[in-house]
Amino acid sequence: MSIALEERLAATLARLIMDPSAPPARHIAVGAASPIPAAACWLVKLMGHPVRLSLLHKRSGNPFTEGTRELFDLTGQGRIDLFFLGGGQIDGQANLNLVGTGDWPGKAVRFPGSFGSAFMYFMTPRTILFREEHSPRVLVEKVDNISAPGVSPPGVFRRGTAQALVTGKCVFRFHPDRARFSLESLHPGETVETVREATGFDFDVPASVPTTPDPTEAELALLRGAVKAEMVETYPEFCTRVWGRDAAAA
Amino acid sequence: MMLPSVDALAAQVPDGALVALPPDNSLPSVALAKALIRKGARGLRLLGVPVSGFATDILIGAGCVAEVETSAVSLGEAGFAPRFTAALKAGSIRLRDATCPAIHSMLQASEKGIPFMPLRGIIGSDILANRPDWKVIPNPFATEGEDPIVLLPAKQPDFAVFHAAMADSEGNVWLGRRRECATIAHASKAALVTVERVVEGNFLEDEKLASGAISATYVTATAIAERGARPAALLDEYGFDQAYVSDYARAAKTEEGFRAWLDREVYGAAQKVAAE
Repeated sequence: MSIALEERLAATLARLIMDPSAPPARHIAVGAASPIPAAACWLVKLMGHPVRLSLLHKRSGNPFTEGTRELFDLTGQGRIDLFFLGGGQIDGQANLNLVGTGDWPGKAVRFPGSFGSAFMYFMTPRTILFREEHSPRVLVEKVDNISAPGVSPPGVFRRGTAQALVTGKCVFRFHPDRARFSLESLHPGETVETVREATGFDFDVPASVPTTPDPTEAELALLRGAVKAEMVETYPEFCTRVWGRDAAAA
Repeated sequence: MMLPSVDALAAQVPDGALVALPPDNSLPSVALAKALIRKGARGLRLLGVPVSGFATDILIGAGCVAEVETSAVSLGEAGFAPRFTAALKAGSIRLRDATCPAIHSMLQASEKGIPFMPLRGIIGSDILANRPDWKVIPNPFATEGEDPIVLLPAKQPDFAVFHAAMADSEGNVWLGRRRECATIAHASKAALVTVERVVEGNFLEDEKLASGAISATYVTATAIAERGARPAALLDEYGFDQAYVSDYARAAKTEEGFRAWLDREVYGAAQKVAAE
């Protein structure tokens, strides 16, 4: 079985979660409709790393007993170490637009809305940005509307920023000091030129850019076994698409 | 107060009321939303706590809604909410965008009877730029620097509307760990709750049930609506009906398709019940 893009992305996210240079990830929350970040978190946990996962929208075992505000209260206290965010538009300063394009509140194309992004992005020590679609309409020079800003002026309370942006083509590292992305690795088949063509914002390119590593045999075995088993209740359609019809019946 | 039907519950809601609704993962009363459509409700102002889903989309499509305040409107896996999107484009609803913890905080201010609550984050978001009712002040307790922080006004809905598993003889309702519904009930002037069933006894006298109950103090009226959350899930009793929502999302792409869906699923169902 060849490596599916979803498996590569999950393994890539897992490595970013465990990045030793980043603040520790002891408690990770994963939002709704995020199967690949959820798979990455399960991979980290099932590899034996002691991490608490709070998966929102899990059909059974909702982790909160005080209602949906408990996630935000925990995050407000600094007790959620890592969260994932995406966006209909993401720009070169890591600003996120989940509201829509055109004039406020999305006069051209309306997206669902900002959800908790305007709070979570400030209050978690780090955020991993994830958007599989890597195109000039998503990765723009400047977002039309800011749901959540990528950086904040000095004096505004903020625990962290984006650590990285993972797409279907590459991994960008975010540098909050200069509010810019740099190209960290290219998924197989991509070049600096193909990424540049598909990206609406300018980014830094080091002298040599490595290829995003393949998932290891051990990671693939976990993804296709124990991770899949954890995922199938919440994401049956995703499991069937990535791992075949048998997966959903597992 | 136990009312004889969900339609009697809907009759309590005057046009123009501010109605707080939980989203699809958090015990919406879709039965009551459908009853509001049957009654021909107009000018409702909906508050999504903290986001909005299926019930909001059908109320908008049926012309019941003047304004929506929410942090997002979505049908989850079935994608964007089609009638919300169409109404926004047509300019037939006003939209006030928020962010999830801001909505919880505004309700918590009402719960406590205080005029506002502070909240971290948000500064630099265009949400704030479009909310003249939200203010930024320097933290009066800061030991150094200005430490700007957002203040959110208390929000008191006219009605909290949600679905619970059961009511008891005393008018208490039980919905387990979905405590956001308790926050809405505490913060609102009135709570209208549909339930699957009514049981004998008093949840507040049972240590295992009390923490998942909402006291009758806050519950204005209840009515039985079996499967009243459907297509949303009810705790461990029934699951989310993805096929129903996906079918709706396809049908409601057009005004015509939505009207046909309403005739079948809202008006048609009522006629069938009335004929039984």
